Amino acid sequence: MMLNLAPNIADPDDFYAELVNSQRNLDEEQALRMNARLILLLANHIGDRTVLTEAIARARAAG
Amino acid sequence: MTNHIYPKFGYLRSKEQADGVVKRHPIVVIGAGPIGLTAALDFAARGQPVVVLDDNDTVSIGSRAVCYAKRPLEIWDRLDCASPMVDRGVSWKVGKVFFHDQLSYQFDLLPESDHQWPAMINLQQYHLEEILVAKCRANPLIDLRWKHRLISLKQPADHATLAVETPDGIFTMEAEWVIACDGANSDTRKMVGAEFTGQFFQDRFLIADVAMKADFPTERWFWFDPPFHPGQSVLLHRQADNIWRIDFQLGWEADPDAERQPERVIPRIRAMLGEDAQFSLEWVSIYQFACRRIDNFRQGRVLFAGDAAHQVSPFGARGANTGVQDIDNLAWKLAMVLRGEAPEALLDSYHEERAYAADDNILNSTRATDFITPKTKVSRYFRDAVLELAQHHGFARPLVNSGRLSVPTPYATSALNTPDEDFAIGEMRPGTNAADAPISVAGKPSWFLHCLGDGFTVVTFGKATDKTGIAIGPLAAKIIRVGRDIEDPSGLLAARYGASPGTTYLFRPDQYVAARWSGFDETKIIEAMLRATGQDSARHPAGQKELAA
Repeated sequence: MMLNLAPNIADPDDFYAELVNSQRNLDEEQALRMNARLILLLANHIGDRTVLTEAIARARAAG
Repeated sequence: MTNHIYPKFGYLRSKEQADGVVKRHPIVVIGAGPIGLTAALDFAARGQPVVVLDDNDTVSIGSRAVCYAKRPLEIWDRLDCASPMVDRGVSWKVGKVFFHDQLSYQFDLLPESDHQWPAMINLQQYHLEEILVAKCRANPLIDLRWKHRLISLKQPADHATLAVETPDGIFTMEAEWVIACDGANSDTRKMVGAEFTGQFFQDRFLIADVAMKADFPTERWFWFDPPFHPGQSVLLHRQADNIWRIDFQLGWEADPDAERQPERVIPRIRAMLGEDAQFSLEWVSIYQFACRRIDNFRQGRVLFAGDAAHQVSPFGARGANTGVQDIDNLAWKLAMVLRGEAPEALLDSYHEERAYAADDNILNSTRATDFITPKTKVSRYFRDAVLELAQHHGFARPLVNSGRLSVPTPYATSALNTPDEDFAIGEMRPGTNAADAPISVAGKPSWFLHCLGDGFTVVTFGKATDKTGIAIGPLAAKIIRVGRDIEDPSGLLAARYGASPGTTYLFRPDQYVAARWSGFDETKIIEAMLRATGQDSARHPAGQKELAA
């Protein structure tokens, strides 16, 4: 499987707001810790090692 | 500090030093630790006389290696010394991992029943060495020489010349082969000028043997960031004689000289066990570790094994356990070369197979170290996230890494393997160590590994042959037919080997699978035996005829 880079989220503005609001009352360390948990949860859901490798490489390349 | 009485084995002047004659020995082992002593026993079991040199005259001070895994116990059982180790030691298979004061994860090393040996035993290294020394002393082929320090080693064309210092001065010995088992700081390695490179870790650990009566279960307990030792990790193991082994991570800034003082150690233990705990300190040490290995396990006529060849972090008990497996791999090969049954090139496969295993061990122990000691703030957040999620969600538990405990590395890519023709036989691929299983022989219960013996063994399921052996030149294998020579009443042997009628395995003298087929074919078995002894009949068509001649 390839990493899906096409739009895939039904209500993008709503999702983005939910993501940002979920960290509204957290300090930087708390937010970074939450991000770590979120990445692990999502990575496990994806599971596919090829997709994960591609996502890591794309995120690292920043854009 | 210690209550343990360490034996003094005593120095004896050798006849060759007294007589002033230079004697050539087939095998000289440097170092009488667990690996050197195992080497002596394995060579002697294969009929080779061995001289062992050690610069000291006692056993390991402190518990050091502590954990011995199932595969080394199987090897020591072949050398008839596993039972006293298991009887003296503490068997365990459950590990628990705590984060702060909460259980994060628990694992079982041997979830499958019907194995002869436990997944792991804990035993102070001094007890283990005493068992091995007693076994060596009872063997007339083994000459243990204490207070013999190797001071120089040279390699002329067909042997090694050793200058050895004893309380009676310096004398010269010769050896056809030298087995260097003299530990991570091996002088032998420096004498041959071998490279020993890898990664050092900027961390220090305090390890303590503590005598106490305690009601912790016989399990491996590992804490990340516990309230009694904040920000660091702690490991607890039960050993024999109510001695407990505790490892405290201290961090890179710790002062090793100050930290080993009892007035610093005792409060750490008291914080862990409670104010009222009754205990006494037996032994304390501070260490910093590295993951590195020698560039080649074979340096001419010097063969390196154990920590002299590779060093790993302690998480996973991969040091001594790997070293014992080095010897398991080396002993049959060198014995065959000494007997003229295999070409010297077979010894190069020792490097190929054991360097492959060492690299696997180093990879595993480096990953554990990176999990236990995160290098950056953000990697610590990931580590903590895994530990938090593991408390509630199964998915995160396999990510928790407090050390992946020692299991044998299959020699998946070894040139000694005969590749599979038929991929439907199951998991016991060429290059894998033989799985044990309960069997019966003449109606009496036994274990499969016991019937494999010291040489090559063909095991065939069904009635494909009436033969009891197979030979080509000096190479021979006994044939075991399941249903004739051994019975498989539980069916577990067939299940573990994916066997159906006709399935045939060729095992090497170290109980590794050399080849397997869905039918019995003598020509293929002979080809596989040649290949497994470094004489590839496919590449050298004449090899088979020469050997038969």
